[in-house]
Amino acid sequence: MDRYAKMFNRLNDAKEGAFVPFVTVGDPDQETSISIMQCLIDNGADALELGIPYSDPIADGPTIQHASIRALSSGATPDTCFDAIAQIRKDNPDMPIGLLLYSNLVMVKGLESFYQQAADAGVDSILVADVPLREAEPFIEVANKTGIKQILIAPPNATDETFAAIGEKSQGYTYLLGRAGVTGAETAVEIPADELISKLKQHKVAPPLLGFGISKPQQVKDAIAAGAAGAISGSATVNIIAENLDNKDVMLKNLGNFVQEMKAATK
Amino acid sequence: MNKLDSKFGDFGGMYVPELLIPALDQLEQAFIDAQQDPEFQKEFMDLLNNYAGRPTAMTLSKNLVSNPKVKLYLKREDLLHGGAHKTNQVLGQALLTKRMGKTEVIAETGAGQHGVATALACALMGLKARIYMGAKDVERQAPNVFRMRLMGAEVIPVDSGSGTLKDAVNEALRDWSANYDKAHYLLGTAAGPHPFPTIVREFHRMIGEETRAQIMEREGRLPDAVVACVGGGSNAIGMFADFIDTPEVKLIGVEPAGKGLHTEEHGAAICKGTKGILHGTYSYIMQDKFGQIEESYSVSAGLDYPAVGPQHAYLNDIGRAEYVAASDEEALNAFQLLSRKEGIIPALESSHALAHALNMADEAEEETIIVVNLSGRGDKDLAHVRSVLGDAYDG
Repeated sequence: MDRYAKMFNRLNDAKEGAFVPFVTVGDPDQETSISIMQCLIDNGADALELGIPYSDPIADGPTIQHASIRALSSGATPDTCFDAIAQIRKDNPDMPIGLLLYSNLVMVKGLESFYQQAADAGVDSILVADVPLREAEPFIEVANKTGIKQILIAPPNATDETFAAIGEKSQGYTYLLGRAGVTGAETAVEIPADELISKLKQHKVAPPLLGFGISKPQQVKDAIAAGAAGAISGSATVNIIAENLDNKDVMLKNLGNFVQEMKAATK
Repeated sequence: MNKLDSKFGDFGGMYVPELLIPALDQLEQAFIDAQQDPEFQKEFMDLLNNYAGRPTAMTLSKNLVSNPKVKLYLKREDLLHGGAHKTNQVLGQALLTKRMGKTEVIAETGAGQHGVATALACALMGLKARIYMGAKDVERQAPNVFRMRLMGAEVIPVDSGSGTLKDAVNEALRDWSANYDKAHYLLGTAAGPHPFPTIVREFHRMIGEETRAQIMEREGRLPDAVVACVGGGSNAIGMFADFIDTPEVKLIGVEPAGKGLHTEEHGAAICKGTKGILHGTYSYIMQDKFGQIEESYSVSAGLDYPAVGPQHAYLNDIGRAEYVAASDEEALNAFQLLSRKEGIIPALESSHALAHALNMADEAEEETIIVVNLSGRGDKDLAHVRSVLGDAYDG
């Protein structure tokens, strides 16, 4: 059984939802980034969602843009990111690890060799932020070949046709968008209406994790109460990194506290 | 699924977040309907003819070319209202905005020409415009910022990234993904996700159509070549579109070589770039080996973009169009020559096309007719050119 399925089984048995923090690999530098990822795991993250830094992240607000800039300035490349992930994988064999990245990083290396490199580093899933279903076929094909789950996004404005296609093709989990716009804690998530959740169930999509604008335990609680399998929190996590760049100990302590509080809200 | 073809060979496509797909589908449908709606066409034509000033003239240069075998014509998009070809397609997209029942327009601009065109169309049609412009460009292009604001547009400086055109596009896309319900993203060039490359081409297609009719009337035959500058590629695709299926007419696109193609300071995405995805489309782009987008450079802000429209990438790969490059220096020379010899001050962008056409004219051994798309006028460039060349003219 794959790591996501195991995680969802475990959480189902415990009647919990998933809490999945997002950080950009290499932010603010390679060594600190590895400590950060381990800290998130040690404090109760059910899975990790990881960004690969990119120069032109059109789906991200200022917080995650700055994380990319910090990582790139410290010399991060997809190769160094995969090194960091491989280390985390070595110490955490059961942790589901997903990538959230932009298409050009994949295209320039070639789909198959990028996905293979990800698989070799121990990555479970890949979500390409700027590849909609309509362009996803070659990515899904390569994902299947390399044993990676291609994560699909379910936006609140999707047509029935899109939901049906997600139902047919989704694996691992479904990234349920909590609202329009770009990533960021500035604009709060909108808890999905019953209608949206029942549509997802009707089309049998992979378990939905709600993301975009989640920064508070109450939002995690509400998301799970509404029927999501869990919640993803990116910008709120990255903000703690940004606010404590000059004090790594405080950064890790605050990240740990944040993950514990958010995880507690899934129970 | 798409109703129009979203790709040009492998190039093009819709590499955007899933969230934007419904807005792009809505735009595609509105465009298809409008193209078949005589009322829309009538309104668009009326604006082009009676507001923007179409058809534009085609001028045979009198003193520019010394080779007696060569006739060099200038398609005078510089005479269009707004000062550049940009006005054509902006009027079309502004009409589509109204047709979709949207009340706001988001746009990006580099030098400010697309921003000015957007501002004028929105003023005319009662749309609320907000225009993203790199913070560096806001400083460099102060007169155009003032023009936009004078016509009621909000100009939003973009500090993120390099603070230039590509970052303004990123910010416009981010805005659109939050506000697609009421806002149209009025993309300024023949790049970006489908259906923009197709819409922008069709709304500039009259450039080539008029050129064909005018040259047939004046010369009784087609030109040997049409030449246009290529940044994102909107004026070039407008000039090329009507000639693509006429193989005896050479299509030549001129990219900005900046300080030279051997340096890193240029904007020649086709001549020197590699395949990749930027701003929703698969095309030739400027990137490092890891896929991070590189900064482009050109003396002309309107060509300073690290990618190119996907149809140009395709026309290049199938060998239908030829893409070359002209440097800052060559463009500045052409800029001065046209001013002095013909009394026409061209945009620095168009000066790139002219520079290459002048080289072609020098080398021609047979009777040759060349048409250069003079895509814009140079008023906007005067301060900058003066700062570069001032010593030769001042005092």
